[in-house]
Amino acid sequence: MVALSDAVVLVGGFPLLSGVNLELSVTSLNVVTGANGAGKTSLLRLLGGLVTLTSGTGVVCGVDLRSGDLRELRRRVGWLGHEGSFYDDLSASENLTFAAKALARPTSEIAGVLDRVELSSRATTPAKQLSAGQRRRLGLAWLLLRRSELWLLDEPYASLDDEGRTFFDQLVGDVVKSGATVVVSAHDPLRSSALAPRTITLAGGLVVGDHL
Amino acid sequence: MIRVAWLVAAKDLRIERRSRVLLWQVLPFGVMALLLSGLALGAAHAGHSNAAPGLYYLVMVLVALLMINRSQVIEGSPGTRASVATLGLDPAGVFLGKALALAVELWLTGVVLLAGAVLVLHTALGGTLSALPSVVVTLGALAAAGTLYGALSGGGQGPATLLPVLSLPAFAPLLIAGERSFSAALYGGALLQWWVISLVALVAYLAIGILLYGVLEES
Repeated sequence: MVALSDAVVLVGGFPLLSGVNLELSVTSLNVVTGANGAGKTSLLRLLGGLVTLTSGTGVVCGVDLRSGDLRELRRRVGWLGHEGSFYDDLSASENLTFAAKALARPTSEIAGVLDRVELSSRATTPAKQLSAGQRRRLGLAWLLLRRSELWLLDEPYASLDDEGRTFFDQLVGDVVKSGATVVVSAHDPLRSSALAPRTITLAGGLVVGDHL
Repeated sequence: MIRVAWLVAAKDLRIERRSRVLLWQVLPFGVMALLLSGLALGAAHAGHSNAAPGLYYLVMVLVALLMINRSQVIEGSPGTRASVATLGLDPAGVFLGKALALAVELWLTGVVLLAGAVLVLHTALGGTLSALPSVVVTLGALAAAGTLYGALSGGGQGPATLLPVLSLPAFAPLLIAGERSFSAALYGGALLQWWVISLVALVAYLAIGILLYGVLEES
């Protein structure tokens, strides 16, 4: 699913990733940990085709990061950022309708997806009026609708309470069981022992630890 | 491309209708700017000056700058940008959709300010109405150019002051063509010639946007 070799990403001459070597298998849960500035978000953005590879080699979902069509890669990954991933003035349902139409998916799936993330009662509420936990659930609904091969979740636990974390862990577990590959960036290793993820530790843009 | 354009335009217009920025912030600004223009001419001259078309387009350019910035800020949050990027939308369609939504907003504002020009700057009603087709085309060209320069100035993430610096030199020819055709409609002259110049600018900016918007997004 993912194969990076000496992957370097420079932005404005500053190295965000300094030579990452990493392989991720299909249908796996992977947690990327590290201090602020370690390169967690940059790694996820590279895997999503959102930044370009400066040197080294990389293949994600069969797309070569140097010579392949990054737009095609982006269509195949799902991104959930900690800042919110949708249009604040649109309702939960309208945001999902936009995503569904963009992806040429039937809008009839939206009600089921909202039900799955327990947001049916807030379907018509503008995204900006949702709580942090509800916004995160809306982000998950966006990803469920997309049925991505590779889920990239950037700091998904930020500002989530225990109930939100548990819900999140259960859903991610289900997604991995259904065949997707999930990469989560987090400051700390996952607390849920049931998920048993692979934990990759970054420091200074390099992989310094890798534990199953 | 057309499917994406409709989708993006509908989304932008729905956001605008929901946020009411156009109704409660941009339109009042435009009306006040037009009123101040009339006051600057002086009560004795407002009805006799040939400056009305120029003042009208000057106010429309200021209004357009606010709207272009707003149109880009909608997409400005890093999380939203990343999520929407992973939808893999055709950039040409995104450009057309954003330009169409901006044009609709500018047309609505333009009609209100034309009424304002009749009331405040005392332009002749008949001449003002006959200027309408050229106003539609000129504002359409302004929307296409504005969408392009909005993306060029950082797409809502760059400093807000960059947009006027970059875009005003490009808007100047549109302002001149618009003012000339409006003047021709009011006072007589080569209306069709200036209207055609605006039309050519519209087609040129649409073509450039369709070809280059993807490159601007990526950069």
